[in-house]
Amino acid sequence: MIQVHNISKSFDSLQALDDLSFRVNEGEIFGIIGPDGAGKTTLFRIMTTLLLADRGEISLNSLDVVKDFRSIRKIIGYMPGKFSLYQDLTIEENLNFFATVFNTSIEENYHLIKDIYVQIEPFKKRRAGALSGGMKQKLALCCALIHYPKILFLDEPTTGVDPVSRAEFWEMLLSLKESGLTIAVSTPYMDEAGKCDRIALIQKGRFLKIDTPDNITDQFHLSLMSVKSDSMYPLLKDLRKIEGIDSCFSFGDSHHITFQANRLQKDEIESILRTKGHHNIDIQPIKANMEDCFMDLAQSEESLKGEP
Amino acid sequence: MKQFIAFIKKEFHHIFRDTWTMVILLLLPILMLILFGYALSTEIKSVNIAIYDPSKDSLSEEIIRKLESSEYFNIIRMLDSPFQIEEEFQAGNTGMVLVFCENFYKNTLSKGDAQIQLLTDGSDPNTAVTITNYASGIIKSVMRKSFASNPDAIRVNIITKLIYNPEMKSAYNFVPGVMGMVIMLICAMMTSISIAREKETGTMEILLASPMKPLLIILSKAVPYFFLSCINLLTILLFSVFLLKVPIAGSLIALLTVSLVYIFVSLAIGLLISSITSSQLVALLLSGMALMMPAIYLSGMIFPIENMPRGLQIVAQIIPAKWYIVAARNIMIKGLGFSSILKEFAVLSGMALILITISFKKFKLRLE
Repeated sequence: MIQVHNISKSFDSLQALDDLSFRVNEGEIFGIIGPDGAGKTTLFRIMTTLLLADRGEISLNSLDVVKDFRSIRKIIGYMPGKFSLYQDLTIEENLNFFATVFNTSIEENYHLIKDIYVQIEPFKKRRAGALSGGMKQKLALCCALIHYPKILFLDEPTTGVDPVSRAEFWEMLLSLKESGLTIAVSTPYMDEAGKCDRIALIQKGRFLKIDTPDNITDQFHLSLMSVKSDSMYPLLKDLRKIEGIDSCFSFGDSHHITFQANRLQKDEIESILRTKGHHNIDIQPIKANMEDCFMDLAQSEESLKGEP
Repeated sequence: MKQFIAFIKKEFHHIFRDTWTMVILLLLPILMLILFGYALSTEIKSVNIAIYDPSKDSLSEEIIRKLESSEYFNIIRMLDSPFQIEEEFQAGNTGMVLVFCENFYKNTLSKGDAQIQLLTDGSDPNTAVTITNYASGIIKSVMRKSFASNPDAIRVNIITKLIYNPEMKSAYNFVPGVMGMVIMLICAMMTSISIAREKETGTMEILLASPMKPLLIILSKAVPYFFLSCINLLTILLFSVFLLKVPIAGSLIALLTVSLVYIFVSLAIGLLISSITSSQLVALLLSGMALMMPAIYLSGMIFPIENMPRGLQIVAQIIPAKWYIVAARNIMIKGLGFSSILKEFAVLSGMALILITISFKKFKLRLE
């Protein structure tokens, strides 16, 4: 169980973390989701005893991260964001090394990593530097699991990994969760939020919201539509000029627009766009995804700050 | 203990699997030794000389005979007139022209002051000075022998006095210097870079967040480089004894003891550098600029410390390589006993103790 109370941390003039509190229950996957530079890595380093917070307390399974850091280092598994393993050691040597550092051996805890390790075992004589992103990530997870940790910290484990391997990775996390492991994971990918039991949306060192992914998307209170046309970039600019549309962001192959319910109708928007010369206009009401929620929460946070 | 051994094994994997690390560790010391021993040699052999001797008496001919028989000089031409001197230099293959005055022997007897001119090519002043030193040495020894009964009759005015290296073999001076440099390079630079590399790749985060004690982490980083430095020390000694023919005049045990202490100093400096930097490049620049340059230029390896300005002389005192090179020279070249390097030994031990304490204290249990 992870308990975080009022954690703040600043580097020189930059406030990296601002009064964060949350709790991760045993056997839960807790996602910390936000863009680069939001403070995710700093938070993970403080939780894994690698940095000291300016204020606040954190306890892991009732152990204090500052006072009991030695005991904590025995019960956590940590996969840093930029973890690249020892490139010049083979898969087997890397795993053996980390097993020994944690006073255990591959044989002793093979059952823990078996499901993951069998996928890379055929290449065990290959050097880590020659592995693909997905295989590196699996090896890194094996290294973090080899000592049977009680709590697993994964800092952006899926960054730089192909979509197939990302999906596989989340499957692995779900099965690890089944075995009772508490997992804290960070990611900049909003679409991964749904895999977590609960998530915290973070931006500029502050939590925007902590809840289950479904609750967060259900609470989206604005009308949301996706808009497409033949020329997407002018469309974005034209949509932003339309009176009554609160926000318009580009989402892959369409633009998402939000506005207060009943202010605008689908037909009205379509006719405005047609007068601006757009063709093949396709407007669909949609259900909000995590990214829409994040954008909305981030915007209202900004406007709150704007009026002191 | 098992952790420690696994860690050291891992370090050796890093070293042996990287070609450039291997080259730096094993070839560089030998390369430096050969470079300084041969290529940068200040010793001179078989210089072509020409002679103009108008007096042609017994004394001048005795001097010419001695010059001829020395291995340093090759008499290529006897000149007939002083006008040929310049064309001799312009031809370019003459290093020195020796000119006797007229009635050389007679002048020596009557005035006690006969003249010999040594003309050398000043465009290479180092060589010129060396050649004239050799030649005047030979001339003076002939004079002394000829006038053994009446030494007051001639002026003996020897300025350079070379006791321990009468042949001015440069390798004699460079071997201790190269040892001081190579050990500093391998211990300090390689240790600091290898720790910085772990910080850069993020593996240090894992190690720190693991149950392994931080002290054990740095110890296991230092041990492989300690071991390699010992090997390098031995290779340098073997090479210098058998290839450069520089004997170890004093006690080998004393030499190895002081070298071990110096290795500890260098390791501690490497650990210290690694604790204040987190990138390999900074570690490289720091150890390069802050350690290598002084170890080369301020240690007395190339330039004598006595000739430096006062300020630099003081700076030189805090350079470990300076103390090590003095000690190594005393034992290796001069063949003096351990008692002659007590001061150097004490200074180096003190430095080792202080630096190791500081670097252990400074090593962080966390990332910052």
